[in-house]
Amino acid sequence: MIEVKKIHKSFDGSEVLKGITTRFEKGKTNLIIGRSGSGKTVLLKSILGLYEIDNGEIWYDDRNFCNLKEKDRKKLRQEIGMVFQGGALFDSISVEENVRFPLDMFTSMTNVEKQKRVDFCLDHVNIEKKAFKLNPSEISGGMQKRVAIARAISLNPKYLFCDEPNSGLDPETATVIDKLIQSLTREFQMTTIINTHDMNSVIEIGESILFISKGEKEWIGSKDEVLDSKNKKLNDFIFANKLYAQMREEK
Amino acid sequence: MNLFFNVGRYFFMLKRVFAKPEKHKMYIKQLFHEIDNLGVNSVGLVIIISIFIGGIMTIQFAYSMANPLYPTELIGLGTRDTLLLEFSSTILALIMAGKIGSNITSEIGTMRVTEQIDSLEIMGINSASYLILPKIIAVVFVFPFLYILSVFFGLLGGLLTGPMVGVITMHEYIEGIQWLFVPYYATFSIIKMFFFGFLVASVPAYFGYYVQGGALQVGKASTKAVVNTNILILLFDLILTRLLLT
Repeated sequence: MIEVKKIHKSFDGSEVLKGITTRFEKGKTNLIIGRSGSGKTVLLKSILGLYEIDNGEIWYDDRNFCNLKEKDRKKLRQEIGMVFQGGALFDSISVEENVRFPLDMFTSMTNVEKQKRVDFCLDHVNIEKKAFKLNPSEISGGMQKRVAIARAISLNPKYLFCDEPNSGLDPETATVIDKLIQSLTREFQMTTIINTHDMNSVIEIGESILFISKGEKEWIGSKDEVLDSKNKKLNDFIFANKLYAQMREEK
Repeated sequence: MNLFFNVGRYFFMLKRVFAKPEKHKMYIKQLFHEIDNLGVNSVGLVIIISIFIGGIMTIQFAYSMANPLYPTELIGLGTRDTLLLEFSSTILALIMAGKIGSNITSEIGTMRVTEQIDSLEIMGINSASYLILPKIIAVVFVFPFLYILSVFFGLLGGLLTGPMVGVITMHEYIEGIQWLFVPYYATFSIIKMFFFGFLVASVPAYFGYYVQGGALQVGKASTKAVVNTNILILLFDLILTRLLLT
């Protein structure tokens, strides 16, 4: 479980996060949604420690991230998997080496054990064997995202972060990625936080949804409640897409 | 103000670069990769440039010493000392700042804008150390070898060109390059190459590591990195010459 308490973050005097308090549950896909510029990515990067927050607390289970020393933060980070918007695969090494990289860096596994783990992770995200030796630039965007997920889960993380994991993908592949993240979250009982503004993801896998607007927590609920919400800002965000407006009418 | 900010941030980055590595084996693997990428891949360019410059200098020395009162050995001596003292160290470092420096800035800068550096940080890896330390060690290690190669091929260039265009005989040239030889010139230049190697790797790495934006900013950072490295090389050349040679 990850919990944030009254976190504030400013850039050059402009406050981007204004005292957000929320909890992300273990074994669930926790979504952060909101308009572009609402502070989603800043919130995610603050939780990850890529941005130092001005005020507040970030708890990873019973560990207060803000009070951890750099050495302890590094240890904690080995329990974190991250899928970036663009995949962020290392382009100078192959697909297989990308997944092996965290294992090489942080484990004392033998080469055979590492290979088994790499095969297991890549197999879990449905990457064919023939793609193992290719470089990231030689595979499709959808495959890159799947390899990024495989790399993120290679060290068996307790926490998985995904920053717009299906941006730039066609709807079918996006759904595959969403389902994959959800099934991995359940299988490995991870605390998963997904940053998205894709409404399909919200409806498909939004077990817990946090809607933020202008750096403030505006609404929290699940995919079953999101279409019936009375929150005006949330409704404006969701029903900007006519398809969902129609869905609500039909409902 | 901006200068102080950048100098401060550069030393802050260096502090992170020289932190204890997470896993030595991975750093050593990366080091060999960088020696190949930054050092071995530069050998061809160094040889070509040195042969041509050696040849050109021999012709120019012959031209400026056409007076029969000057001993012909001066042509070989002039070529040798210019190569030993300045060309194969400073000028070569300036050229390498263009080749290796822009390579380092664009590689690290691209990793920054495509979030690969964030990815390393989130894994718990000291990205500054993992990406920059092997480059610095690799360049500092290969620079003295590139210097030796450059002197050798520069002298060879003079040996081939001088007799070929008829400004000096092979015998006179070989006599000249052995005449009044001061071994300290080579020691002095090798010391300079360690400093230049450090600058050529660390300054462009700094510009790449802190780049913000996209491809355009990476390109601009590469240009800035090369210009600043060149200025620093010349500044250090002046300081080291004053300290070690006069």
